[in-house]
Amino acid sequence: MATAAEVLNASDDRRIGPKPGAMPLTVRVRRFNPEVSQDSWWDEWTVTVDPLDRLVGGLPAIKWHHDGTLSFRRSCAHGICGSDAMLINGRNQLACKVLAEDVGPKVTIEPIRGLPVLKDLIVDMDPFMDDVKAMLPYLINDSGEPDKERRQSPEQRHRYDDTTKCILCACCTTSCPVFWGDGGYVGPAAIVNAHRFIFDSRDEAGRERMKILSEKTGVFRCRTTFNCTDACPRGIEVTKAIQEVKRAILFERF
Amino acid sequence: MTTTHTYDALVVGAGGAGMRAAIELSDRVRTAVISKLYPTRSHTGAAQGGVCAALGNTEEDHPEWHAFDTIKGGDYLVDQPAAMLMTEEAIESIYQLERWGLPFNRTPDGRIDQRRFGGHTANHGERPVRRACYAADRTGHMILQTLYQQCVKRNVRFFNEFYCLDLLRGDDGTTAGIVAYELATGELHVFRAKSVVFATGGYGRMFRVTSNAHALTGDGPAVVWRRGIPLEDMEMFQFHPTGLARLGVLLSEAARGEGGIVLNKDGERFMERYAPTIKDLAPRDMVSRAIYQEIKEGRGAGPNGDWAYLDISHLDPKVIEEKLPDITEFARIYLKVEPTKEPVPIQPTAHYAMGGIPTDTDGRVVVGPDEEVVAGLYAAGECACVSVHGANRLGTNSLLDLVVFGRRAGDHAAAHAKEAALPPLPDKPEQHTLEMLNGVLERTTGDNAADIRKELQDSMFDLAFVVRSEGSLGKMDSILDGLRERYARVAITDKGSIYNTDLMETIELGYLLDCAHTLVASALARTESRGGHYREDHPLRDDANWLKHSLAHRNDDGSIRLDYKPVKMGPYIPMERKY
Repeated sequence: MATAAEVLNASDDRRIGPKPGAMPLTVRVRRFNPEVSQDSWWDEWTVTVDPLDRLVGGLPAIKWHHDGTLSFRRSCAHGICGSDAMLINGRNQLACKVLAEDVGPKVTIEPIRGLPVLKDLIVDMDPFMDDVKAMLPYLINDSGEPDKERRQSPEQRHRYDDTTKCILCACCTTSCPVFWGDGGYVGPAAIVNAHRFIFDSRDEAGRERMKILSEKTGVFRCRTTFNCTDACPRGIEVTKAIQEVKRAILFERF
Repeated sequence: MTTTHTYDALVVGAGGAGMRAAIELSDRVRTAVISKLYPTRSHTGAAQGGVCAALGNTEEDHPEWHAFDTIKGGDYLVDQPAAMLMTEEAIESIYQLERWGLPFNRTPDGRIDQRRFGGHTANHGERPVRRACYAADRTGHMILQTLYQQCVKRNVRFFNEFYCLDLLRGDDGTTAGIVAYELATGELHVFRAKSVVFATGGYGRMFRVTSNAHALTGDGPAVVWRRGIPLEDMEMFQFHPTGLARLGVLLSEAARGEGGIVLNKDGERFMERYAPTIKDLAPRDMVSRAIYQEIKEGRGAGPNGDWAYLDISHLDPKVIEEKLPDITEFARIYLKVEPTKEPVPIQPTAHYAMGGIPTDTDGRVVVGPDEEVVAGLYAAGECACVSVHGANRLGTNSLLDLVVFGRRAGDHAAAHAKEAALPPLPDKPEQHTLEMLNGVLERTTGDNAADIRKELQDSMFDLAFVVRSEGSLGKMDSILDGLRERYARVAITDKGSIYNTDLMETIELGYLLDCAHTLVASALARTESRGGHYREDHPLRDDANWLKHSLAHRNDDGSIRLDYKPVKMGPYIPMERKY
């Protein structure tokens, strides 16, 4: 394998990393503001951006220089805080993980579906968070505390690794047709957060969570459409996690 | 419409320090957490590499070695008793997180695994030591999630998307509560309480290139500063050497802990020249300065010659996938670079505020050279200055700081709230906030906040970054005078009540300007180089004159008065910092 120095010397004509550039990006946004109208409407702007700019950089460019009323959530801007889930060209994504060149020259942005829209791209996250909280999303172990750490083998740790990545952005849950159609379904993110504890060798309340998830609002509502897996910005195999919980429930015979 | 709420204790900010304090408080007194973000959105979640404690799980280690590294890493501006306390309590704090469910990576025998990190050494600098406990490269995410889970378990009361805009103090200076703006409705809320813990994080957004979230605008420090609390060591800001080029998104020091190296444009591993013993694992301020030196001498990479490279391509792909998955993804997504095959363009990025609201080791806010305690007022985490990080924080010690001092602040705040009477509110408690908001909302024409912010960020990056001088700081100081004048005339287009983020961003800008003002004034006065504060006109550390903490007070006319307090010394005599 080439050393770094060799790679660098071979790359003079192909300088590693971003090259500055500019492109027009037309951004179409579904707007809503109950202080203005009870109906939503569409606005469209064309701004000049660097092809490697994040969409979450393009939106402020509009807000700061075209329309200060355009509202959206954002914070870390690199895919870890989960604030900026949006429906971007028909797919649930984090606006900070979408580059202009990936979606240009025209991009359509709407709020994520299935949660009440409060203003523009901002939705009410409380119902979503409440579904997660109903899963007893914390370690339960009443067998006494060791002086130091509880032991867990690397294999046991690996068993639930995937579902610890969840950032509660709601991309998965709000891409699920069952969730849109039936407010009673807890949705994929809640199940992911239950999975994270059910398969943790240190936890003792798996049966309790499986009981909650075997109810009619639980896992068996899932129709295995894989929208959630496609939507997850953290690469969690959400549908697989849901299937694992279903199997565990069947195996435990609730 | 203003609503008044009464609690025993308030926590402002729902990141790691805030939630750790809330856990401590909520079991004992009626507690509310006020946060401008949903709790799991806080920037603690972006911390990657690890949290250090001398568990000794993989090799011999001692809290005393950890304390020494922290003090030396902080270029001896660290209060030594505080560092010794933190490294002692580190061990139980980590076990506590594990027992709350934090999914640490494990050793083959099932214990918490540990890895190397910059500046952490065995036996006082002899060799790198495995001290950082970690969960892949998302340790901060797992800490934030675990603390949130414990808050859910305890049914902690959160006021989400409530933005704290004022600290209420009685005539005698006693803490009486806060005023918050509810983003969803535009309404003001007065929260009365006996104890208030500020845990609002840092203020890296004053620089163009930063690893910090958009939310990190120095709200807590600025709010208390406007109410008469001085800010400590504001000139001490950490510039992390490995931010993604152009963006500043952090590539964890864990990359170097696992064997990654930093290269100049010729592919030379230049840290061998600057820190012959621990090379790429030298503390962050030294690596950032080394990168600047390489750039200055014409060996910088990239189209403008102002980048370097981080190379992990020689590491086992399995190590990259299991231990560094997130940062690898950042390089792929944002720079379209494949880190397993080619080096990643990087540049120093504004990362961490060592300075902030002065506190003692119980999180109590203390004012002036005599450290007079402000009854009922606490601060913890990045917004506070204990000081355990001195002039340069060691990697992983921020996560440790927030669990140790978040707990201690919560503990003391709970005890205070149990004993104290509820202080009376000042007259018209929301008046000041109302005037501030209406001033912006009622102006129909004026300066654009985004333009002011851009000039602040660009000029701070050019003039008050890794390398500073009297000339650059003096220039920055006068630019700030102009920006503050323009800010007084700022106007916005959104006049609504519902999620007026236009208004919120404008208020945030005002806080950033205050923090920048104190940073530049403190940096201009400190005519030496120490840790993250490097003056090319005074390149050496000057212990005879500057082994002391800066305190920036606000005069009534908005100007700054500086005074100083001594560093609390201990067993370690300051010596030259070599690695």
